Amino acid sequence: MTDAAALTPPAARPAGVPLSPHLSPRIAARRRGRHRAEMRFRLYGLAALSLCALALIVLLASLVWSGLSAFWQTHLRLEVEISTRHVDPTRPQAGDYGGMLRAALEARFPEVTSRADRRRLHALLSSGAEEDLRRMVTADPSLIGTRQRLWLLAGTDVDMAVKTGLSRVAQQIKEGAGVRLSERQLEWLERLSREGDLALRWNSRFFTAGDSRDPERVGVLGGLVGSLLTLLVCLALALPVGVAAAVYLEEFAPRNRFTALIEVNIANLAAVPSIVFGLLGLAVFLNAFGMPRSAPLVGGAVLALLSLPIIIIAARAALRAVPPSVREAALSLGASRMQVVTHHVLPLAMPGILTGTILALANALGETAPLLMIGMVAFIVDIPRDILSPATVLPVQIYMWASGAERGFVEKTAAGIMVLLAFMLSMNAAAILMRRRVERRW
Amino acid sequence: MVSTMDMHLPATSAEQAVAPPLMQARGVNVYYGQKQALRDVSLDIRRGEVLALIGPSGCGKSTFLRCLNRMNDIVEGARVEGDIRLEGQDIYAPEMDVVLLRARVGMVAQKPNPFPKSIYDNVAYGPRIHGLTSSRAELDALVERSLRDAALWDEVKDRLREPGTSLSGGQQQRLCIARAIAVSPDVLLMDEPCSAIDPIATERIEMLIEQLRQRYAIVIVTHNMQQAARISQRTAFFHLGELVELGPTHEIFTAARSEKARDYISGRFG
Repeated sequence: MTDAAALTPPAARPAGVPLSPHLSPRIAARRRGRHRAEMRFRLYGLAALSLCALALIVLLASLVWSGLSAFWQTHLRLEVEISTRHVDPTRPQAGDYGGMLRAALEARFPEVTSRADRRRLHALLSSGAEEDLRRMVTADPSLIGTRQRLWLLAGTDVDMAVKTGLSRVAQQIKEGAGVRLSERQLEWLERLSREGDLALRWNSRFFTAGDSRDPERVGVLGGLVGSLLTLLVCLALALPVGVAAAVYLEEFAPRNRFTALIEVNIANLAAVPSIVFGLLGLAVFLNAFGMPRSAPLVGGAVLALLSLPIIIIAARAALRAVPPSVREAALSLGASRMQVVTHHVLPLAMPGILTGTILALANALGETAPLLMIGMVAFIVDIPRDILSPATVLPVQIYMWASGAERGFVEKTAAGIMVLLAFMLSMNAAAILMRRRVERRW
Repeated sequence: MVSTMDMHLPATSAEQAVAPPLMQARGVNVYYGQKQALRDVSLDIRRGEVLALIGPSGCGKSTFLRCLNRMNDIVEGARVEGDIRLEGQDIYAPEMDVVLLRARVGMVAQKPNPFPKSIYDNVAYGPRIHGLTSSRAELDALVERSLRDAALWDEVKDRLREPGTSLSGGQQQRLCIARAIAVSPDVLLMDEPCSAIDPIATERIEMLIEQLRQRYAIVIVTHNMQQAARISQRTAFFHLGELVELGPTHEIFTAARSEKARDYISGRFG
């Protein structure tokens, strides 16, 4: 038997039974107020979220706006005679490629004769062009004795003028604004441009070169490799030590005053300004232990000190979140406490530990201050080969570009930040994939 | 030792006198910090017998159960006094290895707590850590035997690789029993094993307990009077941390000496 009969009209309320208080106007008004309050509450949250999204969009847009142009660099096309006059075929490395390029420029503009004008003409090309040519000929000596039409890297003043627009620069020169190009130079550029020999070309150098004094020649690879090596050292030191400390505190240590003191101090360490860790690194790793300056090994060690408290706190939270029933089940089967930890608790806590580690590493990736203290702010052109060679890291590299005097560094700074963000995002994505694999989905 | 044949029969006091108890507890006091949870409890645990521990919530039944395999060790501030022996050996002696104790005194928790691993790995876990089998085939056989003994084999034999947590509540509890008996314990402790599962699964587990009694000494905590009456040979009634009455189940349920026990069993309090 079920109540499957047809619906009946509501029965009249018997006399003496009061109306439900929830139907009275006073309480109904109150209820409407509650619903309105909830609506407002949700709106506040939505507004906060929109503000965050807006800030992020503005940040990214401004970065892309000012940094995107750095991925293209101005090049001039010239016919270069790789003559035996300038280079000895048996020793292509030692050739006078600067002279070769100067000759090519003068051949293109034969009317330029005065000494001062010739110097202005030579300034159109970057010293990077000479280096590129040397590398090309050294790799392929059969080019010696031939004539080649080559795209050659222009100097930063030319690059800035092209990116501003040549006609606008001409206007600025007329108005007497501070432009680093002379009228003559602008004329030459306009002529090259008319003849299709002046163009913005993809700046692959930005991804393959290290630092430079010239903004048109800089690249992020040095900082990228430095950051990668530093983070690897940081991870290799901080993760095992952090997990071991967290496991001991959470699973083995007795709850007493001493462990309570340690816990408070770990929380305090997480709040210590990072420059203090830099000073510690300077005093201990460099001065006391005599480790090399500017090395990823030292940078990684300092960042590991910085990340340790964060990793310990996150790992302890993850360990505490493992249900006690799992520990009891394993213990009651006769597992030793170490087996309980390694077979059950750690695997279940691993996703949480990894999340904390990713956060700590992302933090460490952006750190600048402590690395300045241990000399990673040095001007280093070479790409670091190992954790002992001098290196700089991306944020420090960006900081140095930001303080560079040349106008060409402005776009490089923004582009460097874009690379840093991309590096961080790909690191996080990799970590999330790794966490997915560790996570047991049951 | 008595032969297994004798153990099929409900043990009478005359027969019990013949078999030396597997475990003996004498004068056990347990404190949680300042609070005393058990007062002067003395009990024997015998092979071939189901001992039911009954009493109102907070009376110390579970506390006593957890003394028998030293699970109270992991409770912060818990202190156990008195003498508990397994085959004559003091289990709280410093030289006692808790790993060995817990391998010989297995436990099934109130709430099914399978590991988040496959059904097979759940059952194989104990034998693996203790090194009970020397080959894969042997382990497979042991897993099958344990699952059969726990009356779960037919339901899971085609899905041994699936997670243990995907089973229903009653199946999970039988999986936990299979996991416990795969270690070949001498004593099986059960802390309200049927409180979280439905009546049909309960019946299966009760039948299972009746069969397991042939080989193990079983101590079961239960809030269900009918269950205690159905499956146990002896019953211990606890109240406010004290063992008030202990005796053959039919005597306790028909003619308890203490008024408290009579009131509790008849449902007047608790």
